[in-house]
This record gives sequence, structure tokens and C-alpha cells, in this order.
Amino acid sequence: MGEYLSEDVKFIVFQLQDEEYGIPVHQVRSIEKVQYITRVPRTAPYIKGVINLRGVVTPIVDLRSRFGLEEQVNLDSLRIIIVSKDEMDVGFIVDAANDVIDIPLNIIEPAPEVVGAVQVDFIKGVAKLDKRLIVMIDLEEVLKVEKDRLLTV
Amino acid sequence: MDMNQYLEVFIEESKEHLQSCNEKLLELEKNPKDLSIVNEIFRSAHTLKGMSATMGYEDIANLTHQMENVLDAIRNEKLAVTSDLFDAVFVSVDNLEEMVFSIAQGGDGKKDVSAVVEMLKKIEDGEDLNHDSSKSENQGNSLNQNHNNHAIQEYDDFEYTIIQQSREQGFSAYEVTISLREDCLLKAARVFMVFEILEQLGEVIKAVPSVDLLEEEKFDSQFSVAIITNDSSDDIHNKVMKVSEIKEVVVQQLDHLAMMNNQANSQATVLVETNQNDEVEKETHQHVQENSVKAAEKQVAATSSKTIRVNIERLDILMNLFEELVIDRGRLEQISKDLNNNELNETVERMSRISGDLQNIILNMRMVPVETVFNRFPRMIRQLAKDLNKKINLEIIGAETELDRTVIDEIGDPLVHLLRNAIDHGIEMPDVRLKNGKSEEGHVVLSAYHSGNHVFIEIEDDGAGINRERVLKKALDRGVVTEQQAATLTDKQVYELIFSSGFSTADQISDISGRGVGLDVVKSTIESLGGSVSIDSVESKGSKFSIQLPLTLSIISVMLVELQNEKYAIPLSSIIETAVIKKDAILQAHNQQVIDFRGKIVPLVYLTEIFEVPVETGNEDYVSLIIVRKGEKMAALVVDSFIGQQEIVLKSLGNYLSSVFAISGATILGDGQVALIIDCNALIK
Repeated sequence: MGEYLSEDVKFIVFQLQDEEYGIPVHQVRSIEKVQYITRVPRTAPYIKGVINLRGVVTPIVDLRSRFGLEEQVNLDSLRIIIVSKDEMDVGFIVDAANDVIDIPLNIIEPAPEVVGAVQVDFIKGVAKLDKRLIVMIDLEEVLKVEKDRLLTV
Repeated sequence: MDMNQYLEVFIEESKEHLQSCNEKLLELEKNPKDLSIVNEIFRSAHTLKGMSATMGYEDIANLTHQMENVLDAIRNEKLAVTSDLFDAVFVSVDNLEEMVFSIAQGGDGKKDVSAVVEMLKKIEDGEDLNHDSSKSENQGNSLNQNHNNHAIQEYDDFEYTIIQQSREQGFSAYEVTISLREDCLLKAARVFMVFEILEQLGEVIKAVPSVDLLEEEKFDSQFSVAIITNDSSDDIHNKVMKVSEIKEVVVQQLDHLAMMNNQANSQATVLVETNQNDEVEKETHQHVQENSVKAAEKQVAATSSKTIRVNIERLDILMNLFEELVIDRGRLEQISKDLNNNELNETVERMSRISGDLQNIILNMRMVPVETVFNRFPRMIRQLAKDLNKKINLEIIGAETELDRTVIDEIGDPLVHLLRNAIDHGIEMPDVRLKNGKSEEGHVVLSAYHSGNHVFIEIEDDGAGINRERVLKKALDRGVVTEQQAATLTDKQVYELIFSSGFSTADQISDISGRGVGLDVVKSTIESLGGSVSIDSVESKGSKFSIQLPLTLSIISVMLVELQNEKYAIPLSSIIETAVIKKDAILQAHNQQVIDFRGKIVPLVYLTEIFEVPVETGNEDYVSLIIVRKGEKMAALVVDSFIGQQEIVLKSLGNYLSSVFAISGATILGDGQVALIIDCNALIK
């Protein structure tokens, strides 16, 4: 991140269980309400299925079960965050999409050894803003590991 | 003049003409006596010459010109068809191809062709020096004509006689001078149209510049034609003026002029006159030939004007829009069913029918016969056989099989690879073949056919086959497999090893095992198209590479079924029929539930189990079945209920879910929900 040290980057902040997570806004395509999800059989348990996102069949990952958290109850605030990586769109189910904030990159610290229950692999770092602690997600890791596992299924 | 807008057309057409040259040459090599083939090659070369000259590609024009000379000598039986000659012509075609491809890739199409031209000249000279001299005379002649292109200044005896005779029969002769507008783009086309009109009016006896040059657009903006006709000069004027982009038409009665010129001519010496007589004969001879060529070209023009070239991107856009339409159509159908309004039903039904027809048309537009790829192979095989000193007979079956354009574009290279492989490593040297009791000539069969939702392309040779032990040994050396694995592999699995990437990198492997140069690339290309490739081989009998490709039709017919609360689509192409049977008709065989389906034992596949569908409702007395097949094998898929037949738009599940078992894609139903498409091939072992 060297040359961006003092720059601000906009992050989409969302909630899983009691924690707040962030994804850089340029990796997010849209935030959707939860709609009918078609189950895709014989895939990893955290893959909820696929949805029809304006004519494009888009896979949906339940981020809670991806991170090994307890599955959420049906909340009204449930949202699907559509992220885009290498022209591949994937939707994440999150408890709630909270807001968009500017975070100076230089306040992001490397991930501590233990951050709640989430595996450290998925975490790029943490940012402390006033009293909020926002966990930066490593999108590549979240999606990549997934792909490898799929192949071995 | 801005040529860019014609460039694409030029490249496409040049490629076609070169391809046809290649094909016809191969044909000619088999029947060297058939001069009609030479005529066809000549015509292609001739057109190519004209086009390239117009576009300013001098090197192409030069080379085709010389090639034309040789071909002309052949068809006039002044040159015998020899293998040297073939090689030279093939080399020229290769050179031409190279230049055209360089243009296609944005180059300038320049290439030093002097060596090839020299070679062709030598062939032409070596056989018949006389012919060559007459040729240059001819050229001088046409050049001459080219210079006086403003009005026809002289008529020879022959033409004069025709004019005289026709006048006696009550016809009149006119000299028509046509000036095209400066900004006229397709001069040759205008010439063609003018001639078309003139030929309806009467007989064209002379054109300056010659028809040849006119067709090649080798004139400024003006040309003159002598015509014998019944019609008045005004008629001619008016009719010719109807052709667009013509600036001016001057019609002159000819009698006087001709008389005067003829007198001037007759004043010349006797020697000159005999010379001219010679030329008259030659000229008429040429005329006759040109006329026949022209007539043939006219036919071609008539048929080709019924087709247009469409950029594939536009077709893609059309297809995408149509997909949206199909989804909306499904939605409409559902709404009309729910509302059950007669008028609405009728309208929707009508719309469905029309869009169904529309869909067929769009799909067919994207389908291209695999011929477009196959037809470059005979030439390649000829060269390869020559280089390797092998005798090879290539048989092509099913070239008319159609495939989606996108697949056609990709499949060429893998096929080249496999064919080279079959010939280089598969087919043995002639003496070895004889020793092994085979015919001297190796046989390679390239075939294509449709089956279900797939197209199969097979390459079969009767060569040496694959030696299991050698492949295994090398695979072990390279660490592609372990000793333990090696022992358990079936023959087929061993053969598959030559597709592994470890094999392609080491040259010595390919030398010893005989196969495997870059075959991993072949495999990955085919797989990227959603296809698969397999090998069958019997040592010393030959090998067979079989490629299976999807049609990649993005709209297919499916049977929608319900598994509990979930909907799935099964492609109609793999369904034999549907059935509802009583539960007690299910039999047990080797721990497997089967049914007796028309005398055949067919295993049952419970989809709810395979897809781990949460089961809510209880057992019923009847079982709904969909009998599907994969080649000869069948299976009966057990479903909860049939919803019905529907056209759907194939959508990919994307890279993220690239390898889901037994699911080949998804679609969006009328209600906006996603339904998964079942890949029946994966369900049948």
C-alpha cells in the first residue's frame, strides 16, 4: 500500500453478527435486497445458490457460514452485497449494510492474530475509527479459497 | 478514394478465392485432364488480381497476374500439368495467402514476390516460348488500348464487316461514350450495369478499354462501347443514364466514323493488314473467351448478390436482445395462462409462434458448416505428406455439419494439431506399412456429425497406434503418475496421459512415445469451449481422437420438471420420452433399481437423492420418469412432476461455480426465478 499511505478510500461497511466489516467501494457493484435463491446442489455449504440479478445468474455466498459464524436468523435488514472480482460477480449475504465511509489507508493495521471467530486468512487488516473497529476483508482470499475447494468436491 | 471501408470485404473475398484456388488445385491434381477446373481457378485468380489492383496491392496483383498467365497456358493446352508446375502454383498461392493475411492483420500486404514470379515465368517459358511472346504482344495491345480510352478510334476489318452487315439488315451501330462521375465508388459495378443494359438493347461488339480492363477498374472515368441495335440513340442514352453515378452519355451514330477509320486503315501496307487480321482473330478469340467468362461471372454475381456479410458482433447483439425477448415471452405466456383471457391468449400464442420462427432464423444465421475449417486440411495434408515422404489419403466425412460460429473460430487450431499428430506420429513410413502388411498409403478419416446436443469431430488414422508401455514409462519418468497409480490405470487412462502438460514440454518423450507434442494445449482449448476430447487406440492398428463439442446454442428446448419445490430443466435433445409407471413395476437388479422399458433394462436415477433435495411430501403410488440417453446408454430420471416443455435461454453459472456436478448451466424462468439445467451425460455412467 506504500504510495497510497495518506489516501482515503471509500469502504462499504456491513455487519455480521456483532462486528463491522469493510470492502472497498470499487469492488462492490450493488447492494440488493434478499430475493428468491435457487439452491445449487452438491456445492459447499456456504454457497446458498444463485439468483437472477437483472438477467445475470449470480452465485450467492452466505458470508456468515463462509466465516464459520453461526447462521443468521431471517432479519429484515439482510442484504446481498454484489462484489466483482476479475469480471466474476458474486453476492454476499450479510446481516446489514450499514454505510459508506472514508477510511485513510494509513490507519489500517495488519490483522491481529485473533479477530473474533473469523479466520485470519480472510482479513486484510483492521481499521479503528473512533470507537468502531472495522475489519477489512480480503476479497481475493474469500473467493479464491472457495474456488479451490469447489474443484476438489 | 478511401479504401478502408472495402478492406474487410476485400480480405474476406480474397480468402475465399484463395481457398477455392487451393481446393480446385487439389482437385486438378487428381484429374489433370479436366480443364474446366483450370477455368475455375483462373476465374478466382482473375478476380483476385482485379480486386488487389483496385485496392492498390501491387505485389498480389503481380503474382496473380503471372499465375494467371500460367493457368491460361494450361487451359489453352500450351502447358502440360506437371507436379513441378503444381508445386510452383501452390507456392504462389501460399505467398498470396501470406500477403492477404498480412493485410488482414493490419500490414501493408507487401512481399518480395519476384522469385516466385520468376519461377512461374520460367515454367511458362520453359514449355512454350512462342506463347510467351504472343502474351507480351497481347499485353502491348491492351496497353495500347488503355491509352486511347476516350473514344474508339479504330475498328478493324472484322468489326467493320459486322457493322456493315448489320446495317444491311436494318440495325444501326452506335458508339456510346460513358463518363462516370468523379466520386463514383464502384466503377466496375457501374460498368457491369451499363453492359447489362446495353446487352439488352443489342450486341456489344467492342469496348475501349477492353472488357477485361473495365472489369478490373483499370480506366479513369470514361469508356466507350460500340453497339449494334434496333433502338434509337435517344433510347440508348436514356436507358444508360438510368444507371446511377453516371455523369454523361454520348451516343454517336457509327457508320460515318467507321467508314472513315476503315478507309484510313486500308491505306496501310499489306503487311500491316495481315498483321491486323491476325490480331482480329486473336481479338475475337479473346472476346469469345471473355464473354464466356463474363457470363459465368454474371451468374456468380447474381447468386452472390443475395447474400450479405454481417459482422459477427452485430449477430451477437441481436442474439442477446432476442434472449431478453424469449425470457419476456415466457413471462407473458405465464401471465396469459393465469389471467385466462381469450384475446390475450390468442395474441400471446401468435407472438410465441412468430418469435419461435424468428429464433430459428437467428440461430441458423450463426451456424456455419464445419467445412469452412475442414477445407483447409487437404492442402495441409498434401504438404505434410510430401515433407515426410509418406503417402496419405485424407477422407472427410460430414463437412456439412453445422456448428455455432464461435466454436468454428476456435476449433481450427486444435484440429490442425491433431491431424499433424496423426500424420507425423501415427502413420508409418510406406515401407514400414508394407512390411506390416498394410497398404502403402495411410488412411486418415476426419469426420463430423451431430448427436443430441453435441457435435462430434473425430480424427481416425490406421497408423501405428499408441504403445501403452512406452507412454507409461515416460509418464513415470516425468513424474506424471506414480508407480502405484500406473499399475491400476486402464488403457484409456494411459492414453489420456499424453494430454497431460508434463508430456508436452520434453521433446525426447515425443520422439520415443510418438505422440504428445503440445496436446495439453489441444485439450485445454477444447475444454474451454465446453467440450471434451478422448482417445481410443489399438497398437499397430491405429488411433482415434474424438472431440465432443456443445452446439453452444444459447437457446434450447427443455422439459421443466419439479423435484419437490425446486424446478429443473432437462434438455429435450437428450430425452427419449416421459413415462408414469406404477411403483410395483420397479425391479431390483444387483442392488440397483431398474425398469423394463420397451424390453430394455433401464436403471433408475433418483434426482432428489442426487441433488440432495429436501423432501417434504410423502411417497406416492406412481413414479414419473424421464427416459434420457447418452449414445447407446439410457437412464430413467425419477422426478416428482412434469411442468412442461419450454424454450429457455442458456446462462452460465459463471466461473465461481464452474464445476457443479451434473449441472450444465442455468436459465431464468418466466417468473424471474433461476432454474438449473441438468446435464444428463454426467448422470449416465
